[in-house]
Amino acid sequence: MVTSPPRVVVVTGVSRPLGARVAARLAADPRIERVVGLDPHEPPPALRAELEDVELIRADPRAASGAFTDLGAEAVVHMAVSSSPDAQHGGRQAMKEQNVIGTMQLLAAAQGAPGLRKLVVRSSTGAYGASFRDPAVFTEDTEPRAVPRGSFARDILDIEGYVRGFRRRRPEVTATVLRFAPFIGSDAHTTLTRLFAQPFVPTVFGRDARLQFVHVDDALEILHRSVIEDHPGTFNVAGAGVLALSQAVRRAGRIAVPLPEGTLSTALAVARNVGLGQIGLDQIDLFVHGRVVDTTKLVREFGFTPRDTAAAFDDFIAAHANGFSLTADRLAAAEQAILDGVRRARAAISEKASVGGDAP
Amino acid sequence: MSQHEYRDMLPGHADFTLPKPAAPAKVNGRRPIPEVPQMNGHPADSPEPAEEKKDQVDIWDQRVANGLAFLRRRLAGAYEVDDFGFDKELTDAVFHPLLRLLYHDWFRTEVYGVENVPADGGGLVVGNHSGTVALDALMLSVAIHDRTPAARHLRLLGADLVFRVPFLSELARKSGATVACNPDAERLMSGGQLVGVFPEGFKGIGKRFADRYKLQRFGRGGFVSAALRTGTPIVPVAIVGAEETYPILADVKPLARLLGLPYFPLTPTFPWLGPLGLVPLPSKWLIQFCPPIPTSHLTEHADDPMVVYNLADQVRETIQATLLELLEKRPDPFGI
Repeated sequence: MVTSPPRVVVVTGVSRPLGARVAARLAADPRIERVVGLDPHEPPPALRAELEDVELIRADPRAASGAFTDLGAEAVVHMAVSSSPDAQHGGRQAMKEQNVIGTMQLLAAAQGAPGLRKLVVRSSTGAYGASFRDPAVFTEDTEPRAVPRGSFARDILDIEGYVRGFRRRRPEVTATVLRFAPFIGSDAHTTLTRLFAQPFVPTVFGRDARLQFVHVDDALEILHRSVIEDHPGTFNVAGAGVLALSQAVRRAGRIAVPLPEGTLSTALAVARNVGLGQIGLDQIDLFVHGRVVDTTKLVREFGFTPRDTAAAFDDFIAAHANGFSLTADRLAAAEQAILDGVRRARAAISEKASVGGDAP
Repeated sequence: MSQHEYRDMLPGHADFTLPKPAAPAKVNGRRPIPEVPQMNGHPADSPEPAEEKKDQVDIWDQRVANGLAFLRRRLAGAYEVDDFGFDKELTDAVFHPLLRLLYHDWFRTEVYGVENVPADGGGLVVGNHSGTVALDALMLSVAIHDRTPAARHLRLLGADLVFRVPFLSELARKSGATVACNPDAERLMSGGQLVGVFPEGFKGIGKRFADRYKLQRFGRGGFVSAALRTGTPIVPVAIVGAEETYPILADVKPLARLLGLPYFPLTPTFPWLGPLGLVPLPSKWLIQFCPPIPTSHLTEHADDPMVVYNLADQVRETIQATLLELLEKRPDPFGI
C-alpha cells in the first residue's frame, strides 16, 4: 500500500542532535509541507542552524494534544527518548519523566488527534533484555527472557508497551517502531562513542561481548523513509556483521582495561555520583551479554541496507584517530622493524659462521 | 586406516625430511656407513648444500613473518567474527593445534565412517556425552575438522551454564559454540553449518563410572524438531574413550548444590591430587560416524510429538548399538 507522504509532521525531541537532524532532513523534503518541532527545552545554539526551516513549539508533551489538532498533524515522529541520564537536565529522574511519562502523554495525545495517519517511535535493541539464555541473534519477534537491569532498557520496554496499546486503540494509524542498535559515526555523541574516544576503555573481565552499531546517517535514512513510506511494524535497525568488544577496542587503537563486573559497577556508580560520565548498567549489560540482531526484515521491507557494523565503526575511528596508543599503522611499523631486525641478525650470524668456516 | 597411517598422511608429515648429515669423508673406495634410508618413499635428493641452507633460512624467515603478521592482525583487530562470535582464525591457529595434542598423542583417536559427515550444507551431528568435562565435544570437533575434505568446523551447542561463566563463555563463543536453543540451532543449520549437539547434557557427562556407555535420557528431543524444521540430515556419532578420562566414583551432591554446579565429581585423582587431578587419564578413543538420517521429507511433522519422539529414539538406539560395537573393537581401554 503506497499512500501520499504526510503534509504536516511533528517531531519531538528536537533539542537533541538526532531529533534536530531528523526534523531538518524532513523539512528539506519538498513533499512535506510543514515540519514542527515539539520540545520542552530550547535547542542549544549549535543546533539552531540546522533547525532554521523547522517551526519550533516549546511545550510539554501534555500540551501536545491541543497542538496536534491545531496543526492538523498527519505524522508524529517520537524522538524524545534519551538513552542516558543528563546531569544538566535533572539526571535519571528527568530521563524517566521524559521517556516513560512523556511517551505516555504523547501517545494519549496522538490517540485523540483525528487527522493522524502515521506514528514513528524511536526504540532500541535494548528491548530484547539481557540474559545468558538468550539466542545469539534476536529477530523482531524474540521475547525478552529477563527484565534488563539498565534504566534505559527498562524504559524501552515501557515505551513499546504503550505503543502496543496505541496500536490496539488506533489500528488504522501506521505505527512503526524502530529498534536502533547503538549509534555510531563521525559525529555521533553517545555514551558508547565517548567511551571509545578515551585512550583506555573499561571492559568486563572474562567477557567479550558481540557488538553491533548503526551509522547515524543510515538511521536518518530509515527514519525518513518510515515517514514518507508506509512500513507498519517493528524493525531492527543495525549494520550487518559483528565486532567483538575487544576487537572494536583494538581497531580503535585503544587499550582495554578488563575489570571484574562487581568492581566495574561500583567504580562506575561512584563516577556517576561525582558527575564523571554516565556509563550505567545499560552499558555493563551490553558489555557482558552483547547484542546482535537480525536485520533481514528491515532490508526486505525498506529496500535499504545500512552499511555494515565494521564500516560504520571505521567511520568513527577515522574521525577520532587522535587518541594515542596502538594504531594499525604503528603495529605494522613495529612488525616491519622486528622483521628487519631478525633479518639483520641472521645475516650477521651467517656471515660470522661463513667467515669462521673458511678459516682452517 | 590406523592413526599412524593417518598421521603420516597429514600435511607436513609426508613431505618432511630430516636434515641430512654431511657426507662422511671417504677414507678409501668404500663407504664407511650405509646410505641414509629413504624417508617415506621419497627419493633422497641431494641439492647443493649452500642452496639448502638458504632455503632453511627462508623457511624460518617465513615462519617468523607469519607469526608476526598473525600477532599484528590480532592486536589491530583485523579479523572477522561471525554473528555467533565464532573466530575462525583464532580457532584454526590456536585452539585446534592445542586440542590436536590431546587428540593424537594423549588419546590416540581413531575415526571411522567420516564419509557419513555431509561434505557441504547443513548437518546435525548428535553424539553421546560422557567424561565429566566435555572433552568429547572438543575431540569431535577436531576429528571433523581434520578428517573432512572441506575441513568443516563443528558448531557446538552448549548448556547455558557454560555461557554464564566468565572466560569459559568467551572461549566457547570464539570456538564456534552457542547456547543450545532452537532459534540458534535453526539459524546455524539453515545457514549451512554443521551443528554438534549432545542431547544427554549434564546427565551424560555427570554419570558415574559404573554407568559408563549407557545412554541417558534424550530430553524432549528439541534437537530433532530443529532438524525437522530445517530439513537437515541427522548424523549419529558414537564416541568411545571419554568415559575413562575422568571416571566418576561418586558425586557429592550437597557440595554441587553449594557451588551451583550440576554435579561435584570424585575421581581416582580429583580432588585428591589437586591440579594434577585435572589431567585426563590416557584412554584409547574411537569415534564412529553413522549413516545420516534424512529429514527433508518430514519437515511438516516438526511439531508432531510422535514423529519427533520416534526419530529421537531411532538416533538414540543407533548410537547405543554403535557404542557396543566399538567397545568390542577396543577390549583394553588404555591399550595402544
